[in-house]
Amino acid sequence: MASLKDLRNRIATVKSTQKITKAMQMVAAAKLRRAQEAAEAARPYASRMGGVLANLSAAMEGREGGSALMAGTGRQDTHLLIVCTAERGLCGGFNSNIAKLAREHTDRLISEGKAVKIICVGKKGYDVLRRKYDHLIVDRVDLREVKRIAFGNAHDIAGKVLSMFDDGEFDVATLFYSEFRSVISQIPTALQIIPANVVSSEGEAADLGGAIYDYEPEESEILEELLPRNIGVQIFRALLENAASEQGARMSAMDNATRNAGEMIDKLTMSYNRQRQAQITKELIEIISGAEAV
Amino acid sequence: MADLLKFELVSPERLLSSGDVQQVVVPGTEGEFTVLVNHAPVLSTLKPGVVTVTDESGNAERIFVRGGFAEVNPAGLTILAEEAVAVSELSADDLAQKIQNAREDVTDAKDPEKKRRAQETLDHLTQLQSAL
Repeated sequence: MASLKDLRNRIATVKSTQKITKAMQMVAAAKLRRAQEAAEAARPYASRMGGVLANLSAAMEGREGGSALMAGTGRQDTHLLIVCTAERGLCGGFNSNIAKLAREHTDRLISEGKAVKIICVGKKGYDVLRRKYDHLIVDRVDLREVKRIAFGNAHDIAGKVLSMFDDGEFDVATLFYSEFRSVISQIPTALQIIPANVVSSEGEAADLGGAIYDYEPEESEILEELLPRNIGVQIFRALLENAASEQGARMSAMDNATRNAGEMIDKLTMSYNRQRQAQITKELIEIISGAEAV
Repeated sequence: MADLLKFELVSPERLLSSGDVQQVVVPGTEGEFTVLVNHAPVLSTLKPGVVTVTDESGNAERIFVRGGFAEVNPAGLTILAEEAVAVSELSADDLAQKIQNAREDVTDAKDPEKKRRAQETLDHLTQLQSAL
């Protein structure tokens, strides 16, 4: 049985932990709002881009000379996985869920006899994946010093991916991130970005009322310029979704932690009070029985 | 005034401007062109340059854009720009100073990655200057 002093100390410890988790929850809530705004603000560009791509690919359909970024290299031998995770922990299952999905994907590809290369964006995913697939990780991107994700960050990653593609280092690229549904639900998602999967994008081909697009320069040249840019946009979107998901996951994890700490304090306080009373009773009995003996 | 053109300028980070305007001059890769309402559908890449937007009351606003696309369809004109800055927010002296700094960065840069970045900034700034 712990002594009264021990119990007092434990209550104080749990209380200060609760203060920290409470503060973290509030910080996450504030950051979540900002991250959500950023994700929302980026939506028009991505959807317009999707629309333009859909129009273009509809126009290009059935024609020769499609870009390799769209048609693929014709092989499926080497896969590149871009795994986007957070830089910090303490956010529930957020990082491990993404890593788990990536791991399952990797194992499946390896069992099919395909080569796998991994780029880690964010420290936490790297920490997990390095244990098993250290030899597969070709690059990692550190976003530790980045406070607000700008398009430039995504652009740099896209640049790396594209130069690898141009060097023929992989055939298929898949992006792993967590899609933000709500504060309590973030869905780890795998999205194939090379070859581009344009048809499934949300952009609907616009109704032109019979008119035909004028292209300046040629369709193929525009597509050639648009597709690399689309990779950047997709990565940017993934990073923003991730940022929102991370804060959402942290918020609910910290909410749980705060509640658990509250329960623990209640329990500890209860046993502290019981023990205090037991001690008082014991002392009284000692005094009374001592007086009777005299 | 007759019908107005629906114009939207979007960057990856946010929707920069949206509204009904009289006309827009777009710096296309193969030459500048002006878009009025009911323009034929066009899809064009952009070169770094200035987009001039003339609003309802005839006021012209000049916006510098770097890289992107313009799409004209019956719904209106959409410009997707990776970067856009209103020209009125720029000042020549300020820019000259920044270019000077960027030049020094390029010469001082040690590893190739830093050098590449510095060079990019410098190119960007010079483009801005030539647009002014």
